Amino acid sequence: MSDLSLPARSRRSLSLHDKKVRGIFYQVLLAGSLLALALGIGIQTASNMRARGIPLSFDFWNESAGFDINQTLIPYDTLSTYGQAFWVGVVNTLYVSFLAILLATLLGFVVGIARLSQNWVVSKVATSYVEVVRNVPLLLQLLFWYNAVLKPLPPPKSSIAIPGGIYLNNRGLIIPEIQLHPGAGLVGLAFAAAVFCSIAFWFYAKRVQRGTGKQLPVFLVSLAALAGFPLVMFLAAGEPVSFITPHLRGFNFQGGHQLYPEFAALLIGLSVYTGSYIAEIVRSGIQAVPKGQTEAAYALGLSPGKTLRLVIVPQALRIIIPPLTSQYLNLTKNSSLAVFIGYPDLVQIFAGTVLNQTGAAVQVMAITLSVYLAISIVTSMAMNAFNQHSAIVER
Amino acid sequence: MSDQSLHTPVANVALIPATAPPADVRPGPVTWIKGNLFSTPLSGVLTICFVLLAGWLLHQFLSFAIFYAVWSGGREACRANPEGACWPFIAEKFDYLRYGAYPVSERWRVNLTQAVGATLIVWLLWTKAPQRKVAAVLFFIVYPVAAFVLLRGAAWLNLPVIDTTLWGGLLITLLMSIVGIVFSLPIGVVLALGRRSELPIIKAVCVTFIEVVRGVPFITVLFMANFMMPLFVPDYLTPDRLLRPLIAIALFSSAYMAEVVRAGLQAIPKGQYEAAEALGISYLNMMRLIVLPQALTIVIPSIVSTFIGLFKDTTLVAIVGIADFLKAVETARVDPNWAGPTISSTGYLFAGLVYWGFCFGMSRYSQAMERQLARGHKR
Repeated sequence: MSDLSLPARSRRSLSLHDKKVRGIFYQVLLAGSLLALALGIGIQTASNMRARGIPLSFDFWNESAGFDINQTLIPYDTLSTYGQAFWVGVVNTLYVSFLAILLATLLGFVVGIARLSQNWVVSKVATSYVEVVRNVPLLLQLLFWYNAVLKPLPPPKSSIAIPGGIYLNNRGLIIPEIQLHPGAGLVGLAFAAAVFCSIAFWFYAKRVQRGTGKQLPVFLVSLAALAGFPLVMFLAAGEPVSFITPHLRGFNFQGGHQLYPEFAALLIGLSVYTGSYIAEIVRSGIQAVPKGQTEAAYALGLSPGKTLRLVIVPQALRIIIPPLTSQYLNLTKNSSLAVFIGYPDLVQIFAGTVLNQTGAAVQVMAITLSVYLAISIVTSMAMNAFNQHSAIVER
Repeated sequence: MSDQSLHTPVANVALIPATAPPADVRPGPVTWIKGNLFSTPLSGVLTICFVLLAGWLLHQFLSFAIFYAVWSGGREACRANPEGACWPFIAEKFDYLRYGAYPVSERWRVNLTQAVGATLIVWLLWTKAPQRKVAAVLFFIVYPVAAFVLLRGAAWLNLPVIDTTLWGGLLITLLMSIVGIVFSLPIGVVLALGRRSELPIIKAVCVTFIEVVRGVPFITVLFMANFMMPLFVPDYLTPDRLLRPLIAIALFSSAYMAEVVRAGLQAIPKGQYEAAEALGISYLNMMRLIVLPQALTIVIPSIVSTFIGLFKDTTLVAIVGIADFLKAVETARVDPNWAGPTISSTGYLFAGLVYWGFCFGMSRYSQAMERQLARGHKR
């Protein structure tokens, strides 16, 4: 074929009228100017930092932090290093995000399905919730929960007592602490056995249904096993689990777990706010499933609940999952608003306190941004995998 | 034809007597209630529960905001009433919430800027308005410059210079959002085009920018702008403390806008690009005259949604010490002169109503636009 090409035109002229040359020219221009900008900023930053006495290294990582954090899920005290403070922040961010994601998903699915309810009152209440919550800034909602709801609660001396040894006051929610005695392991073992039996029974029920069409009461049997096994073992082993009920001593409570108001406000705020977005995603996902699917399921005699659970939701999930992922990421990013109400998350501890104490703005910001980017990338990858798993299989 | 001929039977057949109109089977209120509220026992229980819940919430809200609220009088009246909102507090703080510490004698400048801005936005968003291109040029190019000169002041115009530290309240919130949209839309278009470019380096740069910015929280971007921007440039170039978050907001929202625009670009059939290329139209003209007008029109609802998000996100600038509307409410709320049991709730309620009003209005516009566009695409 090469014989047919015109020899006279084979040599390209280096002119800007040539599309390829122009493309390379623009790219070199962009890359060059970006490099120059980065270099300029780098040199300027280094000289500015030196002039202001700001450390240029990561040495601060192993220095003692010297400040206290009220909520720590991993060991930490005032003598710990900045590095340990960083990990406390990361864990706190992940902890509140994880719980809020669970609650928001639950709330979102309930509200999203409620919006499509045949019941006029239910759907209107659900719609109002979505319209109100979505259109008010998250920060305002957080401040409201924290300053207007949780802070005006009574002081520890006049706590609101909730049956079961739970106390609510302006320092948070205090719940009884679980104490394990020897033999508690057996109860845990019984629970594990119950989980195993439930799964085995579920598989067995599936096989029975495939073979005979008979439906076994999987839910009831599993529930009985999950509650019954540990209960029997609990009584047999002589009640090896007890609760330490919190009691008032001086100005504060002793014993029990404390749920801080900052944590509670952030958890409630994030769940309620993101729940309204998830509700909209669920609603549009369900609406996108063709109506014929519902009608066909009804025609086959499936109850409305089963239709929703077995026919509609599995198909809707395919549409729901990509936007749901981005809502989970939004929630995780929005947990950084913790800094406004003093919940010790990554931004509050690291990009706030540590940055102010060390002045190492560039290093601290780079680390903080990398953490969020990493969370973002890992979540998208996990969700993409799930998405592929649940994607439609075309024949 | 006379009446006679009409009524004369042709054959020896009697006329069939007229039948009565069909019975009225339109559903009455009872049928509606039965079908929509009590179709099943569970539905009935839910109806009762939700009516009680909604009634209780509405009662709480109305009694706090209206029935038991203090409407006149001063601090003492509010302090004596722990049941309802304290509206005199809002009345006294109203100007502060609107303008911040902007000098009273110069506040007409803020009003004028906002009135012009509002007019331009209505002109731009009202699809039947004439000459919307002129509005676009005015809004995206002339207005930002004019607004800045008017708000900041200039000696040659005989307007005293008002330092940005005095700006505050709703003025800042609106300023942030307007700057956000004015800059993020063009930057977003460029980034979206870059992301769809065939040139690898340009594409890589755009993708990296978009994904990195979308992967991090807005607060960290604000922190970066506030702490790192002064380190990036020589001292004499250090941006103003209000300009730093403005740059942050413009860059942050442009990444989101880029994704919105990209969705629009992807929705344009390939034939449009190919036809333009076949006609020998240059890339710039193809985008300017053929692709972008169509792409931007279909994504107007998404642009408005992004703008609502941007509007809500402006509340975060308080973290770098800018007194936006919410920060002004926070400052007013803790004023010791007004200490009272319901001051916080009143402040938050008022802030909530203001934000809700803006956002709900915009989302309604976006929905109406969506319906209108859907109508246009139906054949």
